[in-house]
Amino acid sequence: MAEIALTPRPPKTEIREASAWDQLKHNRNWLGFWFMVPALVFLVFFLAYPLGLGIWLSFTDTRIGRVGQYVGTENYEWLWDDAIFWLSVFNTLLYTFVASAIKFGIGLYLALLLNENMPFKAMLRALVLIPFIVPTVLSALAFWWIFDSQFSIISWSLKQMGLITQNINFLGDTTWARICVIFANIWRGVPFVAITLLAGLQTVQPSLYEAATLDGATRWQMFRHITYPLLTPIIAVVMTFSVLFTFTDFQLIWAMTRGGPVNSTHLMATLSYQRAIIGGQLGEGAAISSAMIPFLLAAIMVSWFGLQRRKWQQGENND
Amino acid sequence: MSSVHIRDVRKSFGNFEVLHGVTIPIEDGAFVVLVGPSGCGKSTLLRMLAGLENITSGTISIGDRVVNNVQPKERDIAMVFQNYALYPHMTVADNMGFSLKLRGASANEISAGVKRAAEILALTPLLDRYPRQLSGGQRQRVAMGRAIVRDPQVFLFDEPLSNLDAKLRVAMRTEIKELHQRLKTTTVYVTHDQIEAMTMADKIVVMHDGIVEQMGTPLELYDRPANQFVAGFIGSPAMNFLKGQLKSNGSAGFEGPNGVKLPLASAPANSEGQPAVYGVRPEHFTIADDGAEAEIIVVEPTGSETQVFATLGGEQVVAVFRERHQFNPGDKIRLKPDPSLVHLFDDTTGKRLNA
Repeated sequence: MAEIALTPRPPKTEIREASAWDQLKHNRNWLGFWFMVPALVFLVFFLAYPLGLGIWLSFTDTRIGRVGQYVGTENYEWLWDDAIFWLSVFNTLLYTFVASAIKFGIGLYLALLLNENMPFKAMLRALVLIPFIVPTVLSALAFWWIFDSQFSIISWSLKQMGLITQNINFLGDTTWARICVIFANIWRGVPFVAITLLAGLQTVQPSLYEAATLDGATRWQMFRHITYPLLTPIIAVVMTFSVLFTFTDFQLIWAMTRGGPVNSTHLMATLSYQRAIIGGQLGEGAAISSAMIPFLLAAIMVSWFGLQRRKWQQGENND
Repeated sequence: MSSVHIRDVRKSFGNFEVLHGVTIPIEDGAFVVLVGPSGCGKSTLLRMLAGLENITSGTISIGDRVVNNVQPKERDIAMVFQNYALYPHMTVADNMGFSLKLRGASANEISAGVKRAAEILALTPLLDRYPRQLSGGQRQRVAMGRAIVRDPQVFLFDEPLSNLDAKLRVAMRTEIKELHQRLKTTTVYVTHDQIEAMTMADKIVVMHDGIVEQMGTPLELYDRPANQFVAGFIGSPAMNFLKGQLKSNGSAGFEGPNGVKLPLASAPANSEGQPAVYGVRPEHFTIADDGAEAEIIVVEPTGSETQVFATLGGEQVVAVFRERHQFNPGDKIRLKPDPSLVHLFDDTTGKRLNA
């Protein structure tokens, strides 16, 4: 103590006015701006620029290896009269609607099941995730074999059981091909829906179910009046993502059918790829891709309204 | 309204028995409080009464009906949960009317039932709000409203006030008691707070480690605790316990720690030299010249009374005085227990020794 007291204090530096630079150095908004720059750069270069380029390309007659001219809406006018394009739109809507609806149904069912107390719960939950972990192309190839016209295990099994005499031409028949790709998409997409909804289910307080039990609710009434309403915000998120992923699906289709037979499984994404990359018509392909934007925006709008905090979620959160 | 009989009820989770044969008769219209420390099995017992837990053995009957195998909704009971368990996506009115709706009541019946309950609890202006928009006390009242709407045989409360702040807790305590006086519905109330038990109950059941330690009116438990556990649990600040032995020197007396002499009104027969625990409530100490010497450690004035922590024969004791003494830490005072209000407990079993 004494020594410290005896050491002479260093002379105080003169207090100077804070310069503009000093103020900037301590300005939190300025600092915040710099923290945001990496994300901004990332978004501009990897999202905004490709999107803008794609839209720009759709107004040109660019081909691979040749810089295109601005042609206005010519590409879109072409597409308007293109039956295959409209078929792909129909296919995409059918694919998205059917697959998403079934994924929701099965996913919700699995989530409710996995939320029950049962033996090997953790293991079953892990098992459900398997289709999600397998690379898409790998599972698509597996399905390709499962639905093969000659070596299909399904045809083989049915023949062994004596139910059919001829192989089913799964991927060669237009209806069957649609069913098969939708099936594969459902198989792949269910885990995402199931696990996310399960997470949502686990946020519901168990005491609500106890209260409902005492109020006289049957299991169905508990689902109808408690589980489902409390799950709607999560359902809105999950289904938005599910719809977006399904609508823009490319890998599964390309690995299984390449859009065939007779374009019956061509989605807008696969058609765009075929026209732009395989066929070299970048402008036209870009126009097909850009035509997806209104649909995707519509899906986002639906979820945006669906996601808005419901009245019961608002207000003081002091619990 | 009806009586409830809990007879030799046991509960095991796997091989672990948490309730070891509990028998509690509950009269029609009574307000019974189950009180005990955490893990004593009081909430489990309440949940068994509600039908949320199975009964391992023994019987529970509501009215004349044994309800062991009766579905919760058929038991005609209503429960208020600790966290209120209000349905967050329903308005107050919908929360309260939910049970009626499930029962298939008409819209008119539901709104009439909800209106009646809302008037009893002064909830009418809040009927259109959602639980999130309510304060803790309001939520508590909605939870009670939900119970009242059903007009059940028995109300069950599971620590309903523990999520409220101290001031509101006192207000709600009165409100619940008043509600019971008005509705006269048989009520079973679980709490770990002995003040709540004392202030609200017609009958208190003190539970500890899965058994009933004592049952009785609040003042019975306060005046004549059956054992050392109940003595220490009921009353605040808690009773002082001093270990020692019974020593009669002509008249009855007790020799406390380090030979401190403490007075006794009468000693149990043939107890000379028997080790025992001497219990005296803080408010039963007086300052007297013939008291035992104690040294003050801390003085805590609360306004209406003063709590004095002191060492008596090396043991820490607490005394409460309503009159204002000028005490300072380190002062020597002479504390004298009122011999007629002293409790004696067995040294090993903890059972009450004096009459």
